[in-house]
Amino acid sequence: MTKDECKQAVIEIIADIAPDEDLGGLKHDVRLRDQLQLDSMDFLDIVMELRKRHGIEVPESDYPRLASLDSCADYLTPKFTALGK
Amino acid sequence: MDLPRIVITGVGLTAPNGNSPAEFRHNLLHGVAGVEPCEVRYMGRLIAGVCHFDPLKYQRKKEVRVGTRAGSISIYCAREALAAAGLAERFATLPKDRTGIYIGITEHGNVETENEIYALSKFNHDTRYWSHYHNPRTVANNPAGETSLHLGVTGPAYTIGAACAAGNLGLIHAAQMLRLGEVDLALCGGVSESIGTFGIFAAFKSQGALAHHPDPKKASRPFDKARNGIVISEGGCLYTLERLDDALARGAKILGEIAGYHVNSDASDYVLPNPARQSECVARAIARAGLAPRDIHIVNTHATATPLGDIQEAQGLARVFVDCPGTYINNTKSFIGHAMGAAGALELAGNLPAFDDLIVHPTINVDELDPQCALPNLVLNHPVKAPRVDAILNNSFGMLGINSTLIVKRFVA
Repeated sequence: MTKDECKQAVIEIIADIAPDEDLGGLKHDVRLRDQLQLDSMDFLDIVMELRKRHGIEVPESDYPRLASLDSCADYLTPKFTALGK
Repeated sequence: MDLPRIVITGVGLTAPNGNSPAEFRHNLLHGVAGVEPCEVRYMGRLIAGVCHFDPLKYQRKKEVRVGTRAGSISIYCAREALAAAGLAERFATLPKDRTGIYIGITEHGNVETENEIYALSKFNHDTRYWSHYHNPRTVANNPAGETSLHLGVTGPAYTIGAACAAGNLGLIHAAQMLRLGEVDLALCGGVSESIGTFGIFAAFKSQGALAHHPDPKKASRPFDKARNGIVISEGGCLYTLERLDDALARGAKILGEIAGYHVNSDASDYVLPNPARQSECVARAIARAGLAPRDIHIVNTHATATPLGDIQEAQGLARVFVDCPGTYINNTKSFIGHAMGAAGALELAGNLPAFDDLIVHPTINVDELDPQCALPNLVLNHPVKAPRVDAILNNSFGMLGINSTLIVKRFVA
């Protein structure tokens, strides 16, 4: 999986948990919470959906690494790759 | 003691046969039932009263996703009630800590728990997949809490668990809080999301009390000889209640005045009703209202179409309403099934317009009246024009033996 594909997987999750948001103009290097109305429960949703949809575990100590799309891609792409995705 | 007078100034509702008081009333007067086929997990195709309001009329998609069906019903009803009360715009300027939200519920949390357990079963019951939303969705105050979040109300917001007496209890409790001066405006009534839980259907079926009929719209048939049980429904109905002086000061239209009420308990059985306690509840509510039985012009029965329950309520009412030629008796569940915690509040809303048009909506689906339920002036299948409608009495009873009677009278300055 490429980093762009990884970002797309994250965007698909965000589209479901924040259905009122326009995700067209998301800036990849800006914190998601600075661009979208996401609260702590929403971030737990992202973690849960990564587990449910992709079998990826994100330990609580790593939650800050899901801050932006770029940081998500840096952190998650190796995990996707390790799962053969 | 001279207590403040409490009046109804707005109604918002969703019922299986209507999403506004006007639509609901129209269908009650034209024999339009709202029961339909409904898929129930593990049980297949059953029948239920399903509401068809649009949650997105007031909520964002995320609110609907995160919240519960009962929360959506409550928010819809609250917003509709505020609009009907002429408070839609003005509400933003009212002190939010002086508004109370009091919502009656039969139960809450069954739907969400069943859903979560079902979802967990797809992950081999590994609790790492259990939703972090489970607790806020299942706490007993959920419907009121979601409504307070949505409206920004910072006053008291909680539910009142009172089985199927709860709709009346929401109004009664609100009237008490207004009289105590705890709040200046109350959003109150009852809601139910019970059609989302297979457990309630299965339990009534195990009890031999779940209605069945080839035509869903004829399944709910209180007082009919062939009745065979309850049609489970969802729904909601919330009112705006205010002290009379406040309502008059802002020029509100007054739909009715809380005249009296009573709540008591059977203390006799988990599920079987107790006609002696029911008639005591009715009689004490009438006395508290300063009225006599003959002053009540509409009695809306609780009857759910169970073989025994309908007879017992009829017996209880017959003891109270002796020689009352101007008292008409009807039943709303024959149209919409049993909306559980919403039932009492919805049923009152179906009758309130009778203060204006003097028409008593009927009890439908009575092909052959059970002689043991043959109360005088039971309005069967077609509406009746009453000479006077000055007081409406609403009965709602619930499991574990809780009884509630609420009387609303025509407002006279």
